[in-house]
Amino acid sequence: IENKMSFLPQKEGKHPSRCPDNSAFKQQKLPAWKPQLTTATVLSTFFLTGAFCLSVGICLILSANSVREVQIDYSDRCSDCSKLRENSSNWNRECHCSVNFTLKEDILGDVFMYYGLENFYQNHRRYVISRSDAQLLGQNVNIEKSYCTPFTMYRNGTPMAPCGAIANSMFNDTIDLFYNLKSSVIQVPLLKTGNSWWTDKNVKFRNPKAYNLSSAFAGTARPPYWWKPVYLLDEEDERNNGYLNDDFIIWMRVSAFATFRNLYRRVHRIRQFADGLPAGNYTFHISYNFPVTKFKGRKHVILSTVVWSGGSNPFLGIAYVVSGAAATLTGFVITAIHLKLRKKKTYFQK
Amino acid sequence: RSLGPENLLLKGATLKNTKKIYGVAVYTGMETKMALNYQGKSQKRSAVEKSINAFLIVYLCILLSKATVCTTLKYVWQSNPFNDEPWYNEKTKKERETFKVLRMFTDFLSFMVLFNFIIPVSMYVTVEMQKFLGSFFISWDKEMYDEEIKEGALVNTSDLNEELGQVEYVFTDKTGTLTENSMEFIECCIDGHKYKDCISEVDGFSQTDGPLKYYGKAEKSREELFLRALCLCHTVQIKEGDQVDGLIGHTERKYTYISSSPDEIALVKGAEKYGFTFLGLENDFMKIQNQKNETEMYQLLHVLNFDPVRRRMSVIVRTTMGKLLLFCKGADSSIFPRVQQEEIQQTKIHVDRNAMDGYRTLCVAFKELTQKEYDKIDRQLNEAKMALQDREEKMAKVFEDTEADMHLIGATAVEDRLQEQSAETIEALHAAGMKVWVLTGDKMETAKSTCYACRLFQTSTELLELTAKVVGESERKEDRLHELLMEYHKKLIQDVPKNRGGLKRSWTLSQEYGLIIDGATLSLILNSSQDSSSSNYKNIFLQICLKCTAVLCCRMAPLQKAQIVRMVKNTKGSPITLSIGDGANDVSMILEAHVGIGIKGKEGRQASRNSDYAVPKFKHLRKLLLAHGHLYYVRIAHLVQYFFYKNLCFILPQFLYQFFCGFSQQPLYDAAYLTMYNICFTSLPILAYSLLEQHISIDTLTSDPQLYMKVSDNAMLQWRPFLYWTFLGAFEGLVFFFGVYFLFQNSSLEDNGKVFGNWTFGTIVFTVLVFTVTLKLALDTRFWTWMNHFVIWGSLAFYVFFSFFWGGVIWQVSFLFSVVLLPFLKQQRMYFVFAHMLTSVSTWLAIILLIFISLFPEILLIVLKNIKEKNHQVRNKMV
Repeated sequence: IENKMSFLPQKEGKHPSRCPDNSAFKQQKLPAWKPQLTTATVLSTFFLTGAFCLSVGICLILSANSVREVQIDYSDRCSDCSKLRENSSNWNRECHCSVNFTLKEDILGDVFMYYGLENFYQNHRRYVISRSDAQLLGQNVNIEKSYCTPFTMYRNGTPMAPCGAIANSMFNDTIDLFYNLKSSVIQVPLLKTGNSWWTDKNVKFRNPKAYNLSSAFAGTARPPYWWKPVYLLDEEDERNNGYLNDDFIIWMRVSAFATFRNLYRRVHRIRQFADGLPAGNYTFHISYNFPVTKFKGRKHVILSTVVWSGGSNPFLGIAYVVSGAAATLTGFVITAIHLKLRKKKTYFQK
Repeated sequence: RSLGPENLLLKGATLKNTKKIYGVAVYTGMETKMALNYQGKSQKRSAVEKSINAFLIVYLCILLSKATVCTTLKYVWQSNPFNDEPWYNEKTKKERETFKVLRMFTDFLSFMVLFNFIIPVSMYVTVEMQKFLGSFFISWDKEMYDEEIKEGALVNTSDLNEELGQVEYVFTDKTGTLTENSMEFIECCIDGHKYKDCISEVDGFSQTDGPLKYYGKAEKSREELFLRALCLCHTVQIKEGDQVDGLIGHTERKYTYISSSPDEIALVKGAEKYGFTFLGLENDFMKIQNQKNETEMYQLLHVLNFDPVRRRMSVIVRTTMGKLLLFCKGADSSIFPRVQQEEIQQTKIHVDRNAMDGYRTLCVAFKELTQKEYDKIDRQLNEAKMALQDREEKMAKVFEDTEADMHLIGATAVEDRLQEQSAETIEALHAAGMKVWVLTGDKMETAKSTCYACRLFQTSTELLELTAKVVGESERKEDRLHELLMEYHKKLIQDVPKNRGGLKRSWTLSQEYGLIIDGATLSLILNSSQDSSSSNYKNIFLQICLKCTAVLCCRMAPLQKAQIVRMVKNTKGSPITLSIGDGANDVSMILEAHVGIGIKGKEGRQASRNSDYAVPKFKHLRKLLLAHGHLYYVRIAHLVQYFFYKNLCFILPQFLYQFFCGFSQQPLYDAAYLTMYNICFTSLPILAYSLLEQHISIDTLTSDPQLYMKVSDNAMLQWRPFLYWTFLGAFEGLVFFFGVYFLFQNSSLEDNGKVFGNWTFGTIVFTVLVFTVTLKLALDTRFWTWMNHFVIWGSLAFYVFFSFFWGGVIWQVSFLFSVVLLPFLKQQRMYFVFAHMLTSVSTWLAIILLIFISLFPEILLIVLKNIKEKNHQVRNKMV
């Protein structure tokens, strides 16, 4: 009741005065900052950005130059194998080849091994959507409703695990690196885990829950182009097997362009390789399984170090230097114009 | 008795003096006034909307060509079998089975879907919101609030806000718009003797108040006759008690006079001042209290109503003695031909002088009728009224015959004061490059002097007259008119050297011209002899008009006003016209013009109801056009250009990406980003900008009318600025895409050798896009209120927040407890993409650099413009 009473007089007292409120908002008089360009701020901004861009650019170029990279195209070097793979009926015949190369200088620091593909359209729409994220999460889903076609299930109704074109076409060359020290040949120790995104490995990819892996995938079959079922991808390491296999996870992250590289292995820094790869002769032993000639593609194997800005790419450094130079130049031009104007001003004043 | 227009009960009429009436429905359905008006009011569309449509067609073409190019190239690319279907990317069964033509068609359609964001659908929503919300600022404006009528501006449509900033021609009514429309009886003349401001004593009507006020004296009986005429010859009614919604004549008394014309009230009150008071109409008897406080009764026999063609009205009364009298009052031009010629001379001097002073003059005449004459008139009138066909012509004929051979008694002068600041307002409008035309029903002399008073004509203005007086009344008038037109045409157009530098609307011409034309001549020009010369006349006339800085059209009928507006509206370049008026006679021109403005004046609500905007006073036009109009135009023009721009640089990278993904319709951005871009990430800053921006402060805009010319002719939405924005958008789109493309030449961008995929690529492009587009708006904002800050930085923060959230959750069907789900919700492709992207230093550096490069041309332009302006200022100061 009290509430009502307090309301009433207000209502009655309110005259229907149509005079608009004198509020700052309604009168469009809100306090506002009106940016004004002064010569000093403009010039200092240009010179500051110029200096910033130049210094960042120089840092980037310097560090990008310190990256050591060895890139070897082995699609031609193993011509026998590539011919063998052109005919798909030979799918079960193994083919090995080796590629020699020499390091003139030591490669110090962490060394990463990538495989690179050219003209492989991983970003084709039909290919990109051909996966089931729910299946890779370890859920028991009906993949028939997913976009995995035509790699969903076999004629007899057995679903593929993992399904889809991406998984089916997984890169399956194995590359080993050997160091030829005098007469002995030492295999360079390589790490096959820890190469994928942490969130992928620990959240986005899960094996179906079961007491062991092979039973988890019971009732499913490997994709048609695979040699072995998913639960045998890495028999040595339980935590790198099934959907959790690093090579598999990395492959499933679709590249942005048709020419791309994926992280394959890292050099394990022990013994002779504690500081990186020493100079000398090396051999790649490649088990050549992945056909590329059929789509006019190429394959590379890349050894590279990285710095704080990533792998070797001069673009960013150059772009920074160029824009820094442009900004500084503009600064100078504006100063010149300004001085000229001032001269004119004094001339007029006389 | 017959039923005529005077018996018509209009919608909303109230019954008084009687309990019930019998009625006949004469107009129903589509014939009612409401339905007719509804039809007549065509939808007004602003010039901005027309520009939007043109731009839209361009973008539609871009969309279609993009889709066509992609479809064609797709099939060219696929002609290589290893591209069409490599072993790793087999076609689905469905794809293989469809016909090629059908597949091409669906491909084309999917490209259309992929690129459809280039058509800014959300712009329409934003534009509507901007218009609706923005129009509140007009009605909220305190400076447009009038204390007297206790009302502010009224906005009837929000579609035309920006049109207020584009006006080139202002058509204004005189009475009630430029002037107050509060009539005051100033003086009168009886038989050539002038009476001014006399004080009525017992019989001191003719008493003079000092040497100055002595102008001679007419016979007493003539004086009384004149005053009786004033008291009787009108249609004023008396309303007792409460005030009414209408005209209020007298408030001190218990009663008020009501009339459709304020002049009549002024006259009746003027008569009252001299001792003759009109007491009202009772059972067909008009009661008058004369100077001796006696009540006289006159039986009202006929009222010959006022109409704009005759420009006069009459009453026929019978005195108590049985004498029959006809009183007539009207414009001098319509009275003089109907009275004894010898009487005219003395009165004419007064009338002309009064008109020169800007007073409204009326002449009063009378005639005594014999019973026989009256019977004849009565019969004729009734016949005419009863006529079922051509009633109006017949009535006019009877009126014509009746109002003849009268005796002139005198003339009255009524002053209509200028509204405050109307002169300043007209000056400001002139300075802003607008041409002001006054369209009035008044006499030429009256109107002319008003025009001088409100500085429409300067003393230096050379006046060209096209009036009945100059043209003459003879049969040769058409030839004379032709001569005049040719002469003026020569003077204005042929002799003036061609515009130097094509400066539009420069009033720097050495001589300003003003044109005066009256209704009779106008109709002669517009509807002259049916041969081909008429259209030629019209053309020449128009050319003359457009060269004049000010045009005065007097003695205009309401429809003629609209005719003039239409004529100017349809000239080459279709200039934006604005009509402003207060009375019912202005409604037609208000409806005709691009923007119609009503004055909430004393002549009822008709004008303000039919207008697009209504303001209390003419002076408010200044702020409405110069400040509000200018700002609205700049705001909406920027909004439109910005929308096209931001959608172009949004979708261009997606188009470019098709060249790198085998034209497979692979989207560059995640579906959530695609949908949210226009809705959440970039919509609010531009809305806030388009509501709050004041690139020049309101005070400066109002005080410096020349700024108005900066945005004239739809300057910000011409093809040049449109191309500039389009190129800017295209440039930025290219920078976004290829900047990140080159960055991705080596996709291991982290210090741990891990690589990024396609969704990271798209997200980097999108991040650069959102930041650039928002910062571009920030660069354009010249008026940063807290709302702008909040919305601009808030939008960016929201983008970052949303990206973290969107990538931070595994989107599962069970997570949302919902059955109906968007298909992309089942995919985890964005999982931690954004967060992971930010762990790379290179990405940060690339994003910063690309934003900088994208904005660099814009910054450069701003700085250069600033320098140029400063240079200009310096030079101006020196000179």
